[in-house]
Amino acid sequence: MDFPFISTILLTPILAILLLFFIPPTSKKAIKLVAAIAMLISFLLTIYVYINYDSSAGGMQFVEKIPWISDLGVSYAVGIDGISLPMLFLTDIIGLASVFSSWNINKRPKEFFILLLLLIAGVTGTFIALDLFIFLLFYELVVIPIYIMVIVWGSTKRVSKEYAGMKLTIYLLIGSAFMLVGIVALYLQAFPPGMRTFDIATLSSAHLYGTLSIQFQIIVFFLMLLGFGTLISMFPFHTWSPDGYAGAPTAVSMIHAGVLKKIGGYGLIRLGLLILPAGAKFWAPLIIILGLANVIYAAYVAIVQKDLKYVVGYSSVSHMGYVLLGFAALNTISLSGAVANMVAHGIMSALFFAMIGYVYEKTHMRSVDQLHGLAHQMPKIATGFMLAGMSSVGLPGLIGFIPEYTIFVGLFAQYPILAIIAVSGIVFTAIYILRVLQKVLFGPRDSSFDRYDDAKGAELVPLFLLGTILILFGLFPQLLMAPINSGISPLGPFLERLSAAPSLLFTLGGI
Amino acid sequence: MEHFALTNTWLIPLLPAIAFVLIGLFFKRWAAISAFIAVLASAVSFILSTFAAFAVLNSGISVDAPFIQRVTWAEIAGLHFEMGALIDPLSVMMLFVVSLVSLLVQIYSIGYMQGNKSFGRFFAYLSLFSASMLGLNIAINFVQMYIFWELVGLCSYLLIGFYYQRIAAREAAKKAFITTRIGDFGLLIGILLLQTVFGTVDFLELKQILPLYIASYGTSTLTVIGILLFIGPIGKSGQFPLHVWLPDAMEGPAPVSALIHAATMVVAGVYLVARAYFLFASVPALLELIAWVGAFTAFFGASIALSQREIKRILAYSTISQLGYMMLALGVGSLTASLFHLFTHAFFKSLLFLCAGAVMHAMSEEADIFKMGGLRKKIPLVFAAMTVGVLAISGIPPFAGFFSKDEILSAALSVSTPMYLLATLTAFMTAFYMSRLLFVVFFGEETKAKLHNISYFMQVPLVILAILSFGSGLWGYICDFGYWIRFGAPLEEHMNLSIAILSTLLPLLAFALTWNIYVRKRWSADYIANKLGILYTVSFHKYYIDEFYALLCRIFIDGIGKIMYFIDIYIIDGIVNAVSGLVLFLSILLGKLQTGQTQRYAAAFFCGVVILLLCGILYFNTISGIVAGGGAL
Repeated sequence: MDFPFISTILLTPILAILLLFFIPPTSKKAIKLVAAIAMLISFLLTIYVYINYDSSAGGMQFVEKIPWISDLGVSYAVGIDGISLPMLFLTDIIGLASVFSSWNINKRPKEFFILLLLLIAGVTGTFIALDLFIFLLFYELVVIPIYIMVIVWGSTKRVSKEYAGMKLTIYLLIGSAFMLVGIVALYLQAFPPGMRTFDIATLSSAHLYGTLSIQFQIIVFFLMLLGFGTLISMFPFHTWSPDGYAGAPTAVSMIHAGVLKKIGGYGLIRLGLLILPAGAKFWAPLIIILGLANVIYAAYVAIVQKDLKYVVGYSSVSHMGYVLLGFAALNTISLSGAVANMVAHGIMSALFFAMIGYVYEKTHMRSVDQLHGLAHQMPKIATGFMLAGMSSVGLPGLIGFIPEYTIFVGLFAQYPILAIIAVSGIVFTAIYILRVLQKVLFGPRDSSFDRYDDAKGAELVPLFLLGTILILFGLFPQLLMAPINSGISPLGPFLERLSAAPSLLFTLGGI
Repeated sequence: MEHFALTNTWLIPLLPAIAFVLIGLFFKRWAAISAFIAVLASAVSFILSTFAAFAVLNSGISVDAPFIQRVTWAEIAGLHFEMGALIDPLSVMMLFVVSLVSLLVQIYSIGYMQGNKSFGRFFAYLSLFSASMLGLNIAINFVQMYIFWELVGLCSYLLIGFYYQRIAAREAAKKAFITTRIGDFGLLIGILLLQTVFGTVDFLELKQILPLYIASYGTSTLTVIGILLFIGPIGKSGQFPLHVWLPDAMEGPAPVSALIHAATMVVAGVYLVARAYFLFASVPALLELIAWVGAFTAFFGASIALSQREIKRILAYSTISQLGYMMLALGVGSLTASLFHLFTHAFFKSLLFLCAGAVMHAMSEEADIFKMGGLRKKIPLVFAAMTVGVLAISGIPPFAGFFSKDEILSAALSVSTPMYLLATLTAFMTAFYMSRLLFVVFFGEETKAKLHNISYFMQVPLVILAILSFGSGLWGYICDFGYWIRFGAPLEEHMNLSIAILSTLLPLLAFALTWNIYVRKRWSADYIANKLGILYTVSFHKYYIDEFYALLCRIFIDGIGKIMYFIDIYIIDGIVNAVSGLVLFLSILLGKLQTGQTQRYAAAFFCGVVILLLCGILYFNTISGIVAGGGAL
């Protein structure tokens, strides 16, 4: 058997957690170093896998499978394909960056990094799992560290950190409860006793055998939509997201907005669309409408926000609208755009939150009304803000443009009028991003900020890592699009067949 | 060398891009090295552009048979993105103009920006701009053009806000970005429609598909696409009603105004229409729209310029007006006249801006022309250069503007008399505000201010541009610009003597008026302004359009935003919190049952047993009833 790359990527943070148990809480440097080294190893292995993934062959690669509970049809199976590979990459780069952005954590650093690594491992697990059971296991694992981290290391502004943490946790748990019901139903319905399995690939073929009636698919997909839709902050289940990010410590905001949210989009494609195609098709018009609401409504709300974290929080809700639109247009172009946009938004929002974290750490201010002219004192942080902001605006040459454009092309073919409304989001985005950045970064020098330094040393790692990817994937989009295409383009015939399936009462045909 | 230049045109934008990276990453602290790298890159780009132009001339490449290189940039199933170089007379002319003006402006900036602590950053931005603009010029498809279109927008944003410590600069930068973004919104939808309808955005492929498409489907879709695409140029080229950002953009340093907001970036809109002329020209209604937008903007811009006081703002409104001329020319079907004017305008307008920069530099950044005066003896070289610029823009023969403007006027006359009259009136106004500027700044009472020195770095570009402003029109006329550009069949207009005479006499009349008002003071300017009453007020306040937009913004952006936020917090979150409150209430209620008293638990237990028994009896009765009744069981 080949070297188990994927398992190593998953297990390195977990091993580091074990190691951390033996390090005394007082040796803060050692704790941070262990966390950083573990994430570095995972990140380098991910890059190795990314480079060695054969995009022309496509399909699942680096697969490892060990039977676990054979009576239930559960096995430990991990691997990656063109859809999960970019997500894995996203997880590890943001994981690494979040460790460095937490470099100045001095309150209970041991517990903090243990929980952070647990969180990263949990997210990694959901993306690499080929078994639904394993997927659920990791998915539920993720919620616990987040709750603790928000209420212990979080900050209280408009809402208290306890409220934010509780809201976030309950939302996600209720969502996942619906999903769990759906998944159990699916497990029982898909195959007769004795043949039952949690293997995602096998389940994806169940609809071909006719065991999953269209009605069944419609109901179960709806349950999944409640779960994954909440996770991707679909309107009107989005309000946990800005409050949650505002309350959370920097690293949690980065991972949550950057990666965890994307489990929603990933789940909708991997579990929703592939296992329950008729359900996805049926609900697509609703998702389009809600996605559109995400794009425009959240952008409008972002415009009037004063707290930097709320601006980026609502901005991420708005950007997730594009992902939902790309998903629901149900063609290969739009789906590729949706996956790419998850990566793009992950990188840019993580960079945003890292920069906001630094500013807050130094000045204890986050309000647009209090901050001004920071480019004088913190040119490097200002650069990070500009890079993230311009990506968010969809500037060509940075990571945001090609994914957005691809979604628009895919959406236009299906719903031209709605696509035009969606495109208008680029103007609103420019308005809220520029208003905030202008105010916070530029303007006369305020000498009361002179005592705060620019980012330096380890603090620069997130800026360097994420900034490099923003530019690299912007200038050479094929680096990102090639694996995604290998994952999505084989779905072409499948989606073609699906186009004849019934959809929600109002079809929105041609709008 | 010609062959090398032709086959390696991608180097032309790449060199400044490399300069940007080098300066930005390594050398921005060292002013001299930064400037050297930037100027060197621009110079080589200019040389390559010139050779490429010769190569095009000598190898028979025409608009209909361009030289194209392409590579795949990104590709997914059903959609691929290409980048490349489309070399034809149109694009090499643009390459030549852009690289030349870039080079001269960079040389000028060495003097102008001397001592600025962000000197290196300035040259990095300028290099990035050159790279983006040159990349735009050689675009082979709409997406590539859009990409560089956005990048020049970014550079414009960065350079307008270059003095970021100034609130005005930062607000102007934001305004420029957002206003042009509204235009880009239209452009992007147009491009998406092209992609959806035709499956391609490649200029050449579209050009081939279009006639067939029109033959079978008519022009209605095309009209929609054309209007949407044209919104982009309205934003970028400062056409009414999206012109508002351009005057504010003057917050940037003068070389930026000269390069980006006069000679190059703002003509990108004109260039886009010219590049996609096969599309616009196939729908007459579109051309008419473009012509009227252009004609109105020309008049509109000039009418505001008449009353402005800040030297660069006058020039900015003048730019808006001149861009209107170019659009008008496109609209009335004369690509040649439009590009000829683009060509000459690039020289005389950048000359005017650089002169304005020199004046402001000498006057310690004073911008109000009425606080200057009598400068002709103190800075004679700038005076001479500015005079050339004013004569050129006013269309006095044999200066450059005369020939290009004349072609536009005669093209307009051949299509519509009202447009011609509007354009001629604009020509008169142009001469009026330009001579007003010249006379107020350089004649009259001498200013007491002590003037700063103007270095050779600033003087040399002025001289070169003055020569070009003098000669480029005549050269174009003699060498038959239209033929040289070879837009397929020769399209160039011939000189119409009556138009030429009228368009020479009117500016001279304007000069006489301004001479009497501002130099001889025969008539009081204030008195005239008072007499004009509302007309003057409206012009001075720029038709109150900025105020109107601010109001719209307050209602439709902030107002709706506040309502949405209210909904978010009080309705959506209100429901969420109400549900959680309900759960909490129920849990408290149920919690009350847990008293810890055994007697109560026993009582509850007893009640439970009774209820269960009752249920059991009821159930059995029902069943036995059904059985007894010989029911279905």
